[in-house]
Parts: sequence; C-alpha cells; structure tokens
Amino acid sequence: MTATDTAPTAPRRAGMMRRRPFFTLASLVALGFVACAIFAPQIAPYPPTLQSIDAMMQPPSAAHPMGTDSYGMDILSRVIHGARYALLIGLSSVLIGAAGGLVLGLVAGLSAGWVEWVMLRLIDSILALPSLILAVAFIAILGQGVDKVILAVGLSLIGPFARTVRADVLQVKVQLFVEAAGLMAIPRLAVIRRHILPNVIFPLCVQITIRISEAILVSSSLSFLGIGVTPPTPDWGLMISEGRGFVSFAAWMSGMPGIALATLLIALAIVGDGIREEFDPKLRTGR
Amino acid sequence: MTAPMTRPMPAPMPEPEPAALLEVSGLSLWRGSRKILDEVSLRLGRGETLALVGESGAGKSTIAVALMGLMSAREARVEGRLRFDDLPDLLALRERDWAGLRGRRMSMVFQDAGAALNPCYTVGSQLVSVLRRKLGLGRAEARTRAVALLEGVGINDAAARLSAYPHQLSGGMQQRVMVAIALACNPELLLADEPTSALDVTIQAQIIRLILDQTRARGASCIFVLHDLALASQSCDRIVVLYAGQVMEAGATRTVLERPLHPYTQALKSCVVEIGTDELAPLDGGVPAYDRMPAGCRFATRCPRAAPRCAAERPPLATLDGREIACWNPGDPA
Amino acid sequence: MSDTLFELREVEKTYQIRRRRQRVGLKALDGVRLTIRQGASLALVGESGSGKSTLLRVLLGLEPPTEGRALYRGRPIAEVRAEGPEFARRVAMVYQDARGSLDPRMTVEALIGEALLHFGICARSEVPARVRALLARVGLPAEVAARYPSEMSGGQVRRVAIARALASEPQVLVADEAVSGLDVSSQAQLLNLLRRLRAEMGLTLVFITHDLGVASYLCDEIAIMYLGRVVETGPTRAVLDTPAHPYARALRGAAPAFFAPLSDPLPGEIPSPIDLPPGCRFAGRCPVARPDCRDTDPALLRLDDSRAAACLHPLTKEPAHV
Repeated sequence: MTATDTAPTAPRRAGMMRRRPFFTLASLVALGFVACAIFAPQIAPYPPTLQSIDAMMQPPSAAHPMGTDSYGMDILSRVIHGARYALLIGLSSVLIGAAGGLVLGLVAGLSAGWVEWVMLRLIDSILALPSLILAVAFIAILGQGVDKVILAVGLSLIGPFARTVRADVLQVKVQLFVEAAGLMAIPRLAVIRRHILPNVIFPLCVQITIRISEAILVSSSLSFLGIGVTPPTPDWGLMISEGRGFVSFAAWMSGMPGIALATLLIALAIVGDGIREEFDPKLRTGR
Repeated sequence: MTAPMTRPMPAPMPEPEPAALLEVSGLSLWRGSRKILDEVSLRLGRGETLALVGESGAGKSTIAVALMGLMSAREARVEGRLRFDDLPDLLALRERDWAGLRGRRMSMVFQDAGAALNPCYTVGSQLVSVLRRKLGLGRAEARTRAVALLEGVGINDAAARLSAYPHQLSGGMQQRVMVAIALACNPELLLADEPTSALDVTIQAQIIRLILDQTRARGASCIFVLHDLALASQSCDRIVVLYAGQVMEAGATRTVLERPLHPYTQALKSCVVEIGTDELAPLDGGVPAYDRMPAGCRFATRCPRAAPRCAAERPPLATLDGREIACWNPGDPA
Repeated sequence: MSDTLFELREVEKTYQIRRRRQRVGLKALDGVRLTIRQGASLALVGESGSGKSTLLRVLLGLEPPTEGRALYRGRPIAEVRAEGPEFARRVAMVYQDARGSLDPRMTVEALIGEALLHFGICARSEVPARVRALLARVGLPAEVAARYPSEMSGGQVRRVAIARALASEPQVLVADEAVSGLDVSSQAQLLNLLRRLRAEMGLTLVFITHDLGVASYLCDEIAIMYLGRVVETGPTRAVLDTPAHPYARALRGAAPAFFAPLSDPLPGEIPSPIDLPPGCRFAGRCPVARPDCRDTDPALLRLDDSRAAACLHPLTKEPAHV
C-alpha cells in the first residue's frame, strides 16, 4: 500500500550460508587456499625450490602426490607456495587499483567543468586497453619481479575501479540526504567525507572481492609470458609455462598448477558474486 | 470532460439481497506461516459499490488480487469460497478458465496507472489489443470502439490520443485510459485498487466520478480499495472495514460510518482530518507482526475496550443494528 | 512590521529549458507576494505543478529568485545563507521523502548527533543524552537511537526526521508534505505531534500540503497556489469557510468530507506553464469565468485586513482597490 511504510526488514545474514550452498563451498575452497598461503612452510612436504636429480619428471606418486618437474622439484610443494604469491599479488594489486580508482573516481564524480573533462579522458584512456596489455606495458617500463608485478597489475586495474566509483558517486551525490546536509550548511568536504564516501566505499569493497580473481589471472598471465616473476619462484603462471614443453609426456607439470589456478579463480568468482548479490541493495528484490 | 451526471446520495441498501453478484465466505490466505487474510467474508450485490477500507497491511489489496485470481499457488495458500454469479467457486478454476473471466467479466484499475500501462505500446494499440483478444473484434471495428471508449472516459480528441504513448499523458489521463481498458468488455465487476491516491485532489474527484458514472451506466458492480473513510462515505453504498486481515465491521456505509459500533471503526474515523477538524484521537502504536498476532481478535492489542476474552477468542461476524460486526464489546465510544 | 521573518516581494523564478532546440523560459513562480511573521503557521496549498516546491527552494535560499526580492529579516535570503550556518540553524527542513533525506549508513543517533555537533548545540559527550531527549520529544523510545532508517516504519522515520530538524533548536520549521503517504493513524499521530511541538517551542511553521484538512488542522494561515502564483491568502478558517477565489472553492469541494455528496469536479487539468493563456491563468477551468477574465490578468488584491485574492470577480465581494 503506502510505499514508505515498509515493515522493518528481518535479519537476512543468518541464513546466508544455508541459502547459498555453492557460496559456502566456494568460500571453504578459497579459505583452504588462504590457509595454504599462510602455512605453506608447515604444510608443504618439501622446500619449494629444492632440486633433486634423482627425481626428475616423476609422475604423481606417494612421495610426490603431484609429481615432480624437470628439475626434480616437488610440484605439490610449489603449488602450495604458489598460493602465497597468487594471493599476495592478487590482494596487493587490487588494493593499489582500488585506492587509485577511488581517488580518480571521486575527483571525476565530484568535479565539474574542465577538471571533470580531463579526468574522464584519463579514465577512458586507461580503459581503452585491456588490463593485461596495460600490465605488459607497465612491466616493460618497471622491469621484472614480484613487487613490479604487483605495481603493474595494480596500475592496470585503476581504470575499471575509477569507472565504477565515479558511477556510484554520481548516483549518491544527487540523493536527498546529500541535499539535506547542504541545507544544514555542512561544509562540502565534510559532506563528502561523512555522507558520500561511506556510501561509495561499500560497493567498492564488493568490487574488490570480484576483481581479485582478475588480478591473479593477469599476474599469472604475465608470468606465463615470461615477463612476470623470475624463476625459480614457485608462481603458478611460471610453472604452467615451464611445463609447456613437456605436455605430451608429463602433463602434470602444467596441469597441476593449472588446476590450482582455475579452482581458486572459480571459487573467488562465486564468493564475489555471492557477496554482491547479498549486500548490493540494487540487486535486492524489494516490494 | 466528464459527462455531468448528478449522483444522489448513496442510499442504504436493503440488507438481505437475494442474488448477490459476488459472495466471499471464509477466505483465508497464508504466505508461508503468515496468515494474511483470516476468514474474510463479504457480499456484493449487482450494481452495488463496495469500499474495502483499512490501513496498510489490512489485506485490502490482497483481497482484490485474490478475487482476480492473480495469486499463484506458489506464493500463497488460499482457503475459502468465492462465488461469482453462476460460478460456484473461483478458487477451483483453472488458469485457462480464468482467461474468459479476467478482463472480461471482471477487471481491475490499479493505483499506479503509469506503471500498469506498458510504456512500449501506444494507448491505442493496448486498447485495441484488449478489444480484439477479449471480444474478437476486427481491426477497424476495434479502433472505432477504442475511440468511443476514450471519449466515454472524458478524453478530448480521442482519435489523436490513440497514437500517444502512456508517458506522454498526465497522471489523470493515464488513469482515464486504465479505466477505459478496464471497461472495454463491459465487465460485471470492476475492482479499483486505490485508483486516485497518486493524483491531485481535483483530478481525484474527476476519476472517482468517472468510475462511478461509468459503472452505474453499465449496471456493473464496483469494489473500491480505499484508505480514506470520508471518500468511502461519499462514493460507496456499502463498506467493509478490515484490520490485519480480519473483517471488523461491514454494512451500509451510512449506517457504519455515522454511528460505528466497532472500536476499530471508531478509532479509524477519529483519525480522519477534515476541514475544520479540531481534535484527533489517534490510536497509539502500530499493527503487530504476523507472528505476534493474538489468536482471537487481532485488534485486541490496541483496542481501548479489550477484555481478556478478546485476544483469546475470535468474535463471530454477527448482525447488530443493521450491520455486521465482529466484536465482543460493541457499542458507542466511552 | 518588526516581527516579519520572511518576505517575498513579486518573486519570479524562471527556468531555462530546451524545447525543440529552442530555449524557452518556464515560469515556475510568477509574481509571488508572501509575508511570514514570527510564530505564524502557514499552509502552502496547491496541486502538483503549482510552484510549491520552487517557492520552498527560494524560501530556503537554495535558489535565488530571477526577479523580485526574497528577504529573511529584511535581508536577501541567499546572502544570509552564504554567511554561515546561523540561517541553517534557525530554519530547519523536514522532507516529504524522510527516508531519502536520512543517510542509510548512519544510525539514528549518528544522524541526530551530526546536527547537534555541527551547530555546536552540545559537547560530544552529551550527544547520547541529547539524542534520547529529542527522541522522547517526538514520541520515540530511546532504543531507536541504535537503529538504521531501513529498520523502521514510515511513521517512525518521519519522527526521526522531525527530531533531527529540531536538534538545531530552530525558530522556523519548513515541512514539505510531512504527513502524506502515511496511514491515517500514523498521520493523525504526527499531526498531533507537530501541533504540540509548535505550541511548546513557539515554532514558526511553513507547511506544504495538498490536503486542506491537514492545512486547517495545523495552520492558522493559508496560501493557495495555482500555476506559480498565490491566488488566495488569509486565515485558514475564513478562506476555507468562504473562499473568494473559484479555485479555492473547487479545491475545497474536491476534498473528501463525510457524507457530503460528491461535488462536480473541476474540469480539465493544470495547463503547462510554458505557454500560458493571456488573462487569468485559471480562466480555462473556472466555472464562473466571464469574458474579461480571458484578457485581464488579475493581481493579488486585498479583500479585507487579512485576506487577499487574485480574482477579477471574487466570490465574496468586489476587491477594495489598494
């Protein structure tokens, strides 16, 4: 009847795990990877870079459940340690991208006139190239190494983040509560900090969970191309690349890290989607 | 615009009418474990106008939706009996039987005409498609009828308006188009769900008059879902007062509203602000949640005359002083 | 008069809009004259498109008038507003969409506390106690302070919006349709609350509404607007008992009243303010229009000490020309 008179909404968090079995499964998988990353030295049966001439290119066995590579390094240990690099690179670069995107997006959304024009062109130019190409370009400038990969992938993600932040700012700044704050003569900067920022940060956090998988994929691609992290770092992309030449008779060398990468990406995508659907008011089915 | 037709005061109808058009008995409706409607009974005579009044959550619109057979078994469980003319029970009908009924013998006018009309089609094509589908008219014939219908609901320059899209019309005009579509097949029953609450007062008066004049001219019955008691007293022969899905008081509008005997009707009436109202005595609090409803009379939690018996035992809908009332302690306010 | 708070003198507000590649002036307000004295309660009544909302924005200093003067205590409103928070503190606003006017990510305590701290009403440590006192004043229990607006019903949210407006200890409360769209019992509760607050705090009330019953219950004075103009003003009781302007009479007739026969509704709809007819802008819908109404535009003229109407042939008597 009256649209304004909605009854208080019942708490909806409690049943989330039960209502979304795939989400629960995916979060368990993702948590498993996180655990591997944190406790890698304790879990892994061998040090990740321990070479052994006696055990080169062995198929999966009791001693080496995922087999060994051409240097005799245990693939299981390398995959476990690889989770460290994947998550470290993924998280850090997304945080860099989100921070940069927040600043650019806020300025673009709140400014007017030529500042807005310049900001929009800047965001457009970042968005014009796919993040992988952009990351390759940054690596070409910065050089190789884990820290360089984080920076390159982070910079390449600023564009997409800035675009979503700007869209949110445009939507929030015309809300009535922003006008009401202006009417109370609250200074513009305080309105931005107190009312606009919190309403933009939240959707940004949801974006972060979704984009971690993109960052991991881009960083692995860089390693696969041989321009990311340097050997013998146990990075999945690098491992897939190293196993490429032996695929016909030692498929496990590329296959095992490939499966690990695919599993993590799928799990993260499901978790991100679940969080977005659960908390994004725009996707909620209202009355 | 509207054909000026002076309408006399609604006179109280003789109570026991032989052949009611619609008879609802013991209609209950559950959504999950929430009992939205609790044994609602009402009857509507031919050519009669009935007001369903109550606050939000009273179940007025739910009754309308259930009457139109728009409630799927998946979202709600329905019990009771709905007799409509020669059909003994609407609830037993299958979807394909509904097709010959809905939009044809009974139709509905919604609160928000702007949302109920399809924005992608012109007014004319929506009206013509109803006429062709429901009445099987030819293209040219349907067009002529559409123009006549639009003129009938007071739209000037009807032929030109046929090619207008809904958003090109004002809210009042959209509602007129909705009325035209609803009346296209000369239904026996028209349901109007808050047809004017989104409109300005002068437009509200036009639309209410339009619906009354048009249904009266066709001898159709009309159910208004309203929240405004004063408007109900002006436009309807009979009234049913609902609270949280239960019928509190029902009868001829003048009988019920001039001297309400149910404490809820009295409370509702004392909340109405008219021009010159000096005092308002609103009830405190709000409707309790469905899981905290008393087993008996649902108004017991807010009733100024509640006795221990009220919350425990449901009062039956009994006849008293020319109206039906469900209350253990009826009477004038203290 | 020394106790005049707001004074609008021949205020015009024109918006430039594009229509068929041409820039057209849309006159949302056209020669509005209005005086609001301290302690008064004024109802601004009109249908959508009558210019109520634009008048409100001018009154709050959110938009300067295109022509004419809008004064607060004798000085231009926009100038007073630009000087600092003092004007915002004295003139508080309650929006029609109360839920939209409250930040959904703040609790009630944070929302009211923001106003308290911003205007320096009390120290940070006193905020919780103050918030509870304000909530009690609008009839809400103290535990509401920890809730978010989305957890409350429509009536409760309106009360929170009122409590927030009262936090700055204002002299003037401007309310835009503050009781519409609610159930009758919540509406009646709010009306009683506003009446009580007005009496207790000596508030000046400017209440925008389309409901004449609400106007007569809350406000001593009324200004009826039509197409950007005030067509009749005066004491609410007198205007509604014996309306002088045919539009006022039509509005009164259209208002639902128990058992009154449905009146003949006013024909037609409010015309577009872009191409206004010459003469009286109500003439096209007026049931008693005479030939001269179609070419002479009537000004708002005094009928007696307290009342004025913009009509060439007022229903009460001929205007005494001033």
